[in-house]
Amino acid sequence: MKNNYFKNYLTLFLAFVVLGFFVPKWALYLMTVSLNYGIIVLGMLLLARTGLVSFGHGLYYCLGAYAAGTLKPLFGVNEISIMLLSSIFIPFIIATLLGFLLRRYRDIFFAMLSLAFSMILYGLLVKTSRLGSTDGFNVDAHTLMGFTLSNSPFERYIIFLLSLFFACICIFLMIKYLKSSRGMLAEAIRDNELRVEYIGASVKSTIHINYVISAVFAGLAGGLTAITVGHIDPEMSYWTTSGEFVFITILSGTGSVFAPFVGAAIFETIRSFAYELSPNTWQMSLGLVMLIVIMFLPEGIWSLLKKRKNK
Amino acid sequence: MSKLLSTENITKKFGGVYAANSISVDIDELSVVGLIGSNGAGKTTFLNIITGYLKPDSGNVIFNQQSITNMSPREISHEGISRSFQIPQLFTDLSVEKNLEIGIRIIEDLTPIKRTKKINYDKKINELLDQFSLSEFAKSTAGKLSEGTRKLLDISLALVSQPKLLLLDEPTSGVSADEKFILMDKVMGAVKKFETTVLFVEHDMEIIEKYTNRILAFYDGKIISDGSPDEVLKNQDVKKFVTGE
Repeated sequence: MKNNYFKNYLTLFLAFVVLGFFVPKWALYLMTVSLNYGIIVLGMLLLARTGLVSFGHGLYYCLGAYAAGTLKPLFGVNEISIMLLSSIFIPFIIATLLGFLLRRYRDIFFAMLSLAFSMILYGLLVKTSRLGSTDGFNVDAHTLMGFTLSNSPFERYIIFLLSLFFACICIFLMIKYLKSSRGMLAEAIRDNELRVEYIGASVKSTIHINYVISAVFAGLAGGLTAITVGHIDPEMSYWTTSGEFVFITILSGTGSVFAPFVGAAIFETIRSFAYELSPNTWQMSLGLVMLIVIMFLPEGIWSLLKKRKNK
Repeated sequence: MSKLLSTENITKKFGGVYAANSISVDIDELSVVGLIGSNGAGKTTFLNIITGYLKPDSGNVIFNQQSITNMSPREISHEGISRSFQIPQLFTDLSVEKNLEIGIRIIEDLTPIKRTKKINYDKKINELLDQFSLSEFAKSTAGKLSEGTRKLLDISLALVSQPKLLLLDEPTSGVSADEKFILMDKVMGAVKKFETTVLFVEHDMEIIEKYTNRILAFYDGKIISDGSPDEVLKNQDVKKFVTGE
């Protein structure tokens, strides 16, 4: 049974590796961005399972991007592996610190407080002219493990493979975590914090750990996006960006670790086509999708597959 | 028998009303003690203070020769005190077996209570399901069970840690007359097996008489009678203020 799962995952991974090689550039870009968004939403799935919604994960997405992007202007480093390490490390530190405060709050208070922190970063970046203020700056990701990547004909494809690789790692780690005793507490906390405490586990510590994990995922995705897009700006920390992550979380549902990637792909596709067809009212299309999902699929798109499986 | 729990002049006021008024009592190991009293007499407040849900205004709670007065519910549970609730506190969206699995995993992996080196979760879950006759509901969602079954699951969650002291808050309230003795028999069977001391709040005098060997009768935040079921239930004050005879 376990071997079958592994084979299925490996086949899926290889299918994407091959698919990425043959699809046109625009589709490759769309797939890469979807994978990056999927990584963030995977972290938010963990929070949602704990009963928490963060309206401020743009904070870590942006921190991750700036932690990766500023290495070149500040230290002259443009090696992708170091940039990505930095995009994990900085959000980890910040989330660990903020987690001590946020773990005390629930519901709308948690959501609004997380949003406040992301807007503080937005404000700081907008006022920092050295980092390009509202315009941001271009990111130079030159080498990967010592090999020059810039201007290579396969640059886009290699970046896609990088996102795919990290998406797989994140999925694997999330599956492992959700099956662990600590990971199982997420749903228990959402259901009944009092009982969790009376059996003897710490609700606050578990929320803190889950928050840091989700922040690290968002940071990594931010770093990958900085490399993919080649440009970063404070918008990444703006509340509408965090709103997009919440949108995809609702669209995906929390039923599976694969759901965020499906949700992100649907979101990116709708957004791209809606923007092309109707540049001034593209948000309306997304609003309509959200309305349909909430009305007919309150557990997200993934529940469609679950229903089919149950039949 | 040695003392397991002592309270020393426990006092708790809500506004101007005493919910616990200088309560001092010793509970022996392996005893089964019933707490009786009319609504608002202070029984649940007493349980809540012992389990750390409420902090007393003054006084001390000593468990196993150690003060637990200022400990959190979680720390108190690590010391070996567990409880069930008047309204069952379950993981209502999860199945019965998942409820028990989470309970077992918390005890084994996330607390210092860990009892065995390596545990087979499935085996332990099945043992508990059998012990409390919950096997037929294993896959059922906890929130959709009958009141009696929910009470049983709540108590079984409290017993997962095999505590030294178990506090039950009205274990048979909302349970049908047919089911209540069955429920108590299962609980008492488990308690005997784990060598657990029991303190339970109950309004049903049949249950109290059948299962306890000591009764504490509460009135107005005080213990007005303390002794064997025979002694306490014949006490004039208890008849007047508690049983209403």
